[in-house]
Amino acid sequence: MKDATTALMVENRPIADFIAHAILILGVIVVAFPLWVTFVASTRTFDEIVNVPMALTPGTHLIDNYRQALTAGSERGSSAPVGTMLMNSAIVAFCIAVGKIAISIISAFAIVYFRFPLRKFFFWMIFLTLMLPVEVRIIPTFEVAADLKLLDSYQGLILPLIASATATFLFRQFFLTIPDELVEAARIDGAGPMRFFFDVVIPLSRTHVAALFVILFIYGWNQYLWPLLITQKESMYTVVIGIKRMIAAGDASNEWNIIMATAMLALLPPALVVILMQKWFVKGLVDSEK
Amino acid sequence: MAEIVLDGVTKSFGKTEVIHPVQATIADGEFVVIVGPSGCGKSTLLRIIAGLETATAGEIRIAGKRVNEVEPKDRNIAMVFQNYALYPHMTVYGNMAYGLKIRKLSRADIEQRVQRAAKILELGPYLQRKPRELSGGQRQRVAMGRAIVREPAAFLFDEPLSNLDAKLRVQMRLEIQKLHRELRTTSVYVTHDQVEAMTLADRMFVINAGTIEQAGAPIEVYDDPATLFVAGFIGSPSMNFLPGRREADGVEVGGGMKVPLPEALRASAPQSLTVGVRPEHLELGGTEGLPFRLNVETIEALGADSLLHTNFHGTPLVARVDGHAAPAAGETLTFTVLPRHLYFFDTASGKRLRAGR
Ligand SMILES: Nc1ncnc2c1ncn2[C@@H]1O[C@H](COP(=O)(O)OP(=O)(O)O)[C@@H](O)[C@H]1O
Ligand SMILES: [Mg+2]
Repeated sequence: MKDATTALMVENRPIADFIAHAILILGVIVVAFPLWVTFVASTRTFDEIVNVPMALTPGTHLIDNYRQALTAGSERGSSAPVGTMLMNSAIVAFCIAVGKIAISIISAFAIVYFRFPLRKFFFWMIFLTLMLPVEVRIIPTFEVAADLKLLDSYQGLILPLIASATATFLFRQFFLTIPDELVEAARIDGAGPMRFFFDVVIPLSRTHVAALFVILFIYGWNQYLWPLLITQKESMYTVVIGIKRMIAAGDASNEWNIIMATAMLALLPPALVVILMQKWFVKGLVDSEK
Repeated sequence: MAEIVLDGVTKSFGKTEVIHPVQATIADGEFVVIVGPSGCGKSTLLRIIAGLETATAGEIRIAGKRVNEVEPKDRNIAMVFQNYALYPHMTVYGNMAYGLKIRKLSRADIEQRVQRAAKILELGPYLQRKPRELSGGQRQRVAMGRAIVREPAAFLFDEPLSNLDAKLRVQMRLEIQKLHRELRTTSVYVTHDQVEAMTLADRMFVINAGTIEQAGAPIEVYDDPATLFVAGFIGSPSMNFLPGRREADGVEVGGGMKVPLPEALRASAPQSLTVGVRPEHLELGGTEGLPFRLNVETIEALGADSLLHTNFHGTPLVARVDGHAAPAAGETLTFTVLPRHLYFFDTASGKRLRAGR
């Protein structure tokens, strides 16, 4: 018995390997299967989908469905074209990500490198807002947005989401790891605070910025509750809202093929961002410099 | 090039005074080493000169001009840090050129200065590399290059060799020496390593707990230490100390052994004295001088020399003898010390008893 165990430990353990792979493959299937079903549904006609059981091979209407979704939208429920929604989502997600990064990197810089009155207080204020996500303050925020006439506008979609305590915190932690000597060397070299910020801090933060951009872009893209409240005009819908609006009536009356095509389209940009920025991550990791 | 004057400079962090009033002048072109144990305030003093810390009281003058209120960049100094403090994302060239760019030197001027510094420091092949692609020694050379290109009035070094391995440290020490011979720029060099201090300094300031205990040429300080602290800190292995008691015209140092007190010191000597003797002054098999019977406990063979760790009535004594004449451990031998090689200190104040002072 003891021998068997040792052998199992030392040799390349075919049974354990098999189990491990089985679990991994199962995991992939669990994750990938709904995606596959979505994809299949987006290539078939409405009738084919509602026909139980639905076939699990791609159909022939891929181009038709996607063209309809992109240019005309669903005939039932909302009928805004998904192309516009994708554009809206892209603008909103991009602005939220860039805005959050810009604001938080500057706030963190102020908190770490400047001694100003109430510095601690402001830090804790920022920290406290971590506990107040949009969902908690949604009613008052809506009031304010409505008063400022921000309904159905990009500003309205972006501004309430643009401050980020998390990102500020992250940058703060990173800045604290930059050695003091580097700051002092820059002072002796004659770099003022802003020069130091642009010439040293930002270049050193590159990989953090890239990582945050991915996370925040997806965060912005996936926003649901807030865009749902603040947009009434179809032309301002983001794609996530668009999907929701397409699912207007009962099961049978929804154009599932178009909805699924829209869902596939909504998936693509975040996936693209992840894939494109992943190169950056790896570069950042290889370059890892401190 | 400039003279640096510290005129009653004091520094407190909160209520603790870490630099007690310091009075010192660093002459134009001089290489001064500030040496002392860790935490004694060396870096703080250097940073006050650099302008990275403000003095609580007193005045700092560089080239005759009061600089207390002057920003570091306008003090015309350059600093080399222990951990190099290179900009990690810039090339070697970029690191050296950065300060010059900020000072708006022409591109040709920058190029010329960087190339010259690179030549002096033999960094030519590495100009396009990033700091992380360099060895520790090369990085420190880049840090020095960054200082050289500024053509400052003074170089300030804060333990620049501490992060290097022993061999590289020796090599870089020689390079710094060579550099100073070539450039003749006023330099202040902080270290806790008394070997660095001895080898590099034109003059050294031995600092203890925020006070300069002695300033002078290395050999002067070595031969003629002003205090117990300086005597113990400078020299490796450090001076042996025997606690002693005044007894008529001599000092009782244990085991009934009495060493004569020089006439000139008799008037001022207190009751409680410490007698110091350097390891190399304990001579094995000598005929002249005061005999010490010592039992050799352990031997550190260094090659050319051997250090004999012995015991004299409960006080450890180290003797440095020729590496080939070393006895075996366990032997009891007679060592002799010439009376002129004895140092006498007031145990209470730590001050050396010196004739005519
Ligand atoms: N920013 C600071 N705040 C409070 N105390 C400090 C600060 N910097 C240094 N000290 C204290 O001052 C003393 C001298 O420090 P330092 O000059 O760095 O010593 P050294 O360089 O000789 O090792 C130490 O006791 C240290 O704790
Ligand atoms: Mg120090």
